[in-house]
Parts: sequence; C-alpha cells; structure tokens
Amino acid sequence: MIANEAGVGYDVVVVGTSWGGLSALRTLVGGLPDTFQMAMTLVQHRHKDSDHLLRTLLQERTTLPVCEVEDKMPIEHGRIYVAPPDYHTLIEPGHFSLSTEAPVRYSRPSIDVTFLSAADSYAHRTVGVVLTGANADGSDGLRRISDRGGMAIVQDPTTAESASMPSAAMQAVPRARVMSLPDLVKFISALPAGTPERADR
Amino acid sequence: MVVPVGVEGGPLPGPPHAYDADLEHLEIELLLEGVFRHYGFDFRSYAFASIRRRLWKRVEGEGLRTISELQARILHDQDAMERLLLDLSVNVTAMFRDPSFYKEFRERVVPILRTYPFIRIWHAGCSTGEEVFSMAILLEEEGLYDRARLYATDINDVVLQRARQGIFPLDRMQEYTDNYIRAGGSRSFSEYYTAKYDGALFAPSLTRNVVFSQHNLVTDRSFSEFHVIFCRNVLIYFDKTLQNRVHKLFYESLVMFGLLALGSKESLKFSQFEPCYEKLSPSEKLYRKVR
Repeated sequence: MIANEAGVGYDVVVVGTSWGGLSALRTLVGGLPDTFQMAMTLVQHRHKDSDHLLRTLLQERTTLPVCEVEDKMPIEHGRIYVAPPDYHTLIEPGHFSLSTEAPVRYSRPSIDVTFLSAADSYAHRTVGVVLTGANADGSDGLRRISDRGGMAIVQDPTTAESASMPSAAMQAVPRARVMSLPDLVKFISALPAGTPERADR
Repeated sequence: MVVPVGVEGGPLPGPPHAYDADLEHLEIELLLEGVFRHYGFDFRSYAFASIRRRLWKRVEGEGLRTISELQARILHDQDAMERLLLDLSVNVTAMFRDPSFYKEFRERVVPILRTYPFIRIWHAGCSTGEEVFSMAILLEEEGLYDRARLYATDINDVVLQRARQGIFPLDRMQEYTDNYIRAGGSRSFSEYYTAKYDGALFAPSLTRNVVFSQHNLVTDRSFSEFHVIFCRNVLIYFDKTLQNRVHKLFYESLVMFGLLALGSKESLKFSQFEPCYEKLSPSEKLYRKVR
C-alpha cells in the first residue's frame, strides 16, 4: 500500500471530469468496494438546469450513499458527493460550502475551485483525480493538491474519451500517476483511508 | 491534443505554490480583524474557503504578493477597502434564478399572500436587485403588488445604488426571458424594460413599493415583522455559527406562519432552527414558520 508522506491515510478524494464523463464516473463509482472509507466528491461540468439524474445514475452502481451537495453538508467517510450544477463546491474542514461566484474559465462548478479548496483544507490527506474532459479545468487544482503533499492521479489520455483535460493535468503535474480507468479504480480502492475523526476536526 | 494550462485567463487567484498554509490562515484572521476594528465590517465569520479565494483575488488585483501586504494597503487606503468590499459582497445573481422556485412561489405562496390585507417582504442581501425586480413583476402579475411593500437590503451601498437604478445588462435578457417564461410569467417579458445602449432599464413603476436600504445581517437587528423573507444564496457565504445567528434574526422577524425562502442548495437541515419550520414545498426551499 502507498501511504502519503506523513504516513497517515487519505480522507477526501476529489474527482473532476467535464461533460461527457458520465460513463467514466459510473465505472469509477461502480468499482469502489462497499467498504470504501474515504469521502469522494465528484465535480462534473454540466448544464445549470440539470436535475438529480446524475446522482440517480451513480447510485444505481453502488451501495455507498450518493448525495448531491447542499451548503454546510458534513463531509463523512464512506460517502459519495456530487457537486450541484450552477454553484462552486468548496471543501472546508469537515463540511462543504457552496458559492455562486462567477464561473471560472466558463465553468460553474469549477473543478479547480473544488480541488484548490480541498488542498487547502485537507492538504496531504487529499487525493485528486482528473478524468476525461474537453478543457484544462482541474490542472491548477491538481498541482496544488500535489504541492500540499496529496496524491495526484490522471486518467491516461490515450484511454480517455476526451484527452484534453487529462493531458493538461499531466503537463501541469509531472509527478501525477497516470493510469487507465480500471487501474485507477483499483488503485484508489487500495489507498489507506484516514480515520473519521481526522476528517471532522 | 495538449491544451496549455491557463490559456483562458491565466492561473487562478490563490497563494503561490510554496505558500505556508498555517501562515496564510493567520494572515487572513489578522486582516479580517483589522477590517472589523478599523472599518466596522465584520467578515470574521464568513465561510473561510470562499473568503480566502476572494482575498487572493484582491491581492492580485492590487499587484501585491501576500495577504499581509493587502492588510497594510486596505488599512491605509480607503479606496482599496472599497474595492475589497466589492469583491467580498458582490455575488452573481440573475432574474428569476431557478425558475421552478418562482413557479412554486406562484402556486403555493401567492394563495397564502392573498389572505393578507398588507404584505411585507424582506429581500435580505438583495445585491444588485435582480430578485427584487423579479418579485415585483410576479406580484404585479398576480394583482398583489399594490398591497405589498418590499424591503430590499444589502450591506453594500454601491450595489444598492445599482439596484435602485434598475438597469441590467442587455446581453442577459434572453436568459432572463427564458427564466421568466419557465417561472410561469404570463406576459411578454420585454414589456417590462426599455433597451438602451447595452443596458435594459426596467420600468420605474416596478420599484414604487420597494424600499432600498443598507442593512448588515451580521451586526444589525430586525427592523420590522415580515410575511416573507427572501435570503437566497446569501447565507452560503457565512460559517455555521453566523448562519445560526442570522436564522435567529429571521425567525424573530417573521410573523407566525410567515415564509422563509432559501436558495435551492441551502437547507435548514444543518441549522438549529429546523424544528421551528415546516417545508411548504417538496422540491423548493420554501419554509413556513410554525412555532
């Protein structure tokens, strides 16, 4: 097993993908073991009026509870959170905060905003994952996660439906681990999780 | 294809990558304390992740390198403080934002409002006024506007001035028209404004029953009793302690069976006041004070 530099487990996993990443997200979520211990937050670019369909489609694939983030919702281990459309999702120690600040690089939710806040709140206990996508969102945030001692993972662009986002992330974070989607699912599932107390400090 | 990082506007505002996280935290606390003690604006209980983003945006905007440098500048330069205040208080809003909310408001709240001889509505944190104008239009169409008074408040006088003018960007009218129709609007939306240059000037008659005034949710008390309080996507910028304080203010400012409208991703679930309200709608964040 791979522990982070500080030797403690990981508490939060943040995943970014753009429109079209649904299939990848379903594979990822569907591949997690029922005993998955980290809090996973999924940020997908989507239309501002999209409904709860994404949550429903993901819940079909897992017994882990999947919910759409609301403001000040606690971050709990063993759960999957979906960033709502038309808001930025910010990660604070132990809970989420939402924001309606202007779109960042045309995106709200912005993957970078979520990743940066995760890095700032959870530092080396953060795992950042950039999946298929058609722009460069997530690169800045993934670099911050890596700089703060967290784990940076990028889907192998040659295996991604759309290579732009993973390619940009690889370029921004040369240290990132690059792997195919099935390998990435196994790898994340095997990462050591932190203790719940740590997440709710 | 490899897309260069940051092509669409450079790197995001934020600390340099080597910036010490604990030091950053300390600097932000000191700056907010300084702003409060020197200028009286209390941002100390704002949601940290968001305020951090905005402070770094201002650091960049001022051409500085650290939060401490920003602190020095805003304490000595009132204009810099005004700019920071805009960064900290202006939020993106839209007319008829979340059309389904307005539709639900028409269907579930308007019948209740018809039973009152006079209706007092508070738009807390109204920003540049898009939601106030939306509500004025809705009440006008429902024949309730002449017995209503809308109190539109914000901490920031600059945005209130803009709200008073009733001019919104012309390039957003297509989006607002679409929202208006989906919100159950019954007229032609363009009846309500006159296009001039790149602005849409809304009919001054829409504000005949609106009172705009400065009010600080953090430090000021209630100023009346209301039948409806709108506070949509404002409390998300506060931390949990401050949210509870403001919920207390709202609770005390509502008449019994008065209504509280929150943003679509806000919830009373994480506040102490949940037991005092019942949900009026299964899908929208409309709550009714019941005890």
